[in-house]
Amino acid sequence: MLSTINLSYQYAGAAAISFPDFTAEQGDHWLILGPSGSGKTTLLHLLGGLLSPTVGSVQLDHFNYSTISPAKLDKFRGENIGIVFQKAHAVQSLSVLENLLLTQQLGGKSLDKQKIMNLLERLQMGHKANQKPNRLSAGEQQRVAIARAVINQPRIILADEPTSALDDKNSDEVLRLLKESAETVKAILLVVTHDNRLKAAFHKQLLLK
Amino acid sequence: MSMNILRLSWKNILNKPLNLILNLVLFSLGVGLISLLLLVNVQLEEKFEKNFAGIDLVIGAKGSPLQLILSSLYHLDAPTGNMPVAEAKAFLNPKHPIFKAAIPLSLGDSHKGYRLVGTNAGFINLYQAEFEAGEVFKETMEVVVGATVAKNLGMNPGDTFKSSHGLIEDENLVHEDAAPFKVVGILKKTGSVIDQLLITKTQSIWAVHEEHDHEEEEHEEHNHEEEEHEEHNHEGEEHAHDSAATEEEMPLAFYEDQQITSLLVQFRGRNIQALNMARNINENTNFQAATPAIEINRLYTLLGVGEEALKALAMLIIFVSGLSIFISLFSSLRERKYELAVMRTLGAKPGFLFQLIIFEGVILAVLGFIFGIALSHGSMIFLADFLEKSYRYDFTAALFLKEEAYLFGGSLVIGIIAAIIPAFQASKTDIHATLADNKA
Repeated sequence: MLSTINLSYQYAGAAAISFPDFTAEQGDHWLILGPSGSGKTTLLHLLGGLLSPTVGSVQLDHFNYSTISPAKLDKFRGENIGIVFQKAHAVQSLSVLENLLLTQQLGGKSLDKQKIMNLLERLQMGHKANQKPNRLSAGEQQRVAIARAVINQPRIILADEPTSALDDKNSDEVLRLLKESAETVKAILLVVTHDNRLKAAFHKQLLLK
Repeated sequence: MSMNILRLSWKNILNKPLNLILNLVLFSLGVGLISLLLLVNVQLEEKFEKNFAGIDLVIGAKGSPLQLILSSLYHLDAPTGNMPVAEAKAFLNPKHPIFKAAIPLSLGDSHKGYRLVGTNAGFINLYQAEFEAGEVFKETMEVVVGATVAKNLGMNPGDTFKSSHGLIEDENLVHEDAAPFKVVGILKKTGSVIDQLLITKTQSIWAVHEEHDHEEEEHEEHNHEEEEHEEHNHEGEEHAHDSAATEEEMPLAFYEDQQITSLLVQFRGRNIQALNMARNINENTNFQAATPAIEINRLYTLLGVGEEALKALAMLIIFVSGLSIFISLFSSLRERKYELAVMRTLGAKPGFLFQLIIFEGVILAVLGFIFGIALSHGSMIFLADFLEKSYRYDFTAALFLKEEAYLFGGSLVIGIIAAIIPAFQASKTDIHATLADNKA
């Protein structure tokens, strides 16, 4: 269970942004909607442990992000949290397969080429395993991003505007694959976006002003 | 297969081939230049040292003292002129109070580009040369051949040849009418100048030239003989008279109408008289006396200036290449900033990114070093070939110096220094700030 208590973040020289207390159970799929500037990315980064709150805390089960050292938090994140960004930003000098091997390595998991190939097949990317990221289309790159987010079977999958750079067809594809992958590992899925096309796919929604 | 930092750094470098080439060219140029200077210097010094051969003084015709040393000790350059035996007689006395030995040299002839030296057996002992085959010459027209000459010309005891006039290989200058030389001995390699020489008795050189000039000089000889008897009685050098040497003990001095090129002299002991000999000869005779150590030091000083300039150039190139590595890495950070931030989100610690960039710098430096060494040793092969053809001296490219190990260490250090600031920057990547501004 992922929960936030009294969460608030203040940027230098700006007003503090406060977030409503929030709880997500294992297996939940949440949509966090809001216009630009509403602090969606800030919330996502707080939930991913990429940012420390000015006030309040984030907890996964009984594990409080603020109570562990940055080094331990890096490790914790690698093992338990998968993030999909608006653009994949994969390592340019490595192939898709190598990018995923690196992800396993950084997540402290054993290197398992077969496991990666199985996942890529499910995402219809098997034939692109040896390609470098700059040879892939935007939709294909996002599928790599999804693969990267789920390969280590994380407890939480966070997605920051995963479909905003894609056309309708690819957007549908990516959303479907995201939900399927989350379901397969029973992860909490949190999608943060301003893209209204996604509203129909989620029961649980959080609106930010 | 593990996806570790080294592998990742390597892939990153290969991913930017133009950068890689630029850095390699610059770095290898700097390293290569220093390595080449070292290779040449070490061998040059070794040759200078080995060829001193315990000679304290060289006496020859008046002219440039450096030229005298170069021609008579190092067998480079042309001789300064000739010494009439009649005037040099006193120096040739084996009972000379100051000179332990005075070895005569007759220079000016050659065989297929290798210099032929007319002298005595003492010359061979100067270089502590041993015989690979055969033995020392006894009769006129017998020749002992140095190791390099024997190898390059494929010579063996028993071979015969005719010598050439002058020091350059020219078919037209072979002494066709003269008697042929016969090889009686081959020397082992010494690493000194004797390897590249053919050695024979002084009388052989005279014999070859006499046949040439025989007709012209025939009628002149009669006049000469009369004059020589008179001069012999009035000979001025005190030392010769005091020791009352006879003609049997100084066979060369018997040939008063002949000439030699120079004398290699060893002192009996280092005393005031010995040290004054050089000045005495320069001021009071028709000859000059040059001290090898002094002239070679002067040469070193001249060469040294050139060497310092090249060294400075090499340092500059290495500095620029270090700068180039720094700039490559630094600008690559900007291109990779999202990729680096994402790696942090995957679980990479700041130290991981730090090490990554450091490794990239080190790999570039190490590759540059390897190519630089290959470049310098490759160039040395061509340079050695050129030096062999021009000066007959033997240089090698297959020499690996401990200084090159220091050069490797230096390259590592430069790679690390060039990478430190970018590495630090990378490790300080602010994940949130970098990824939050990523709104297409």
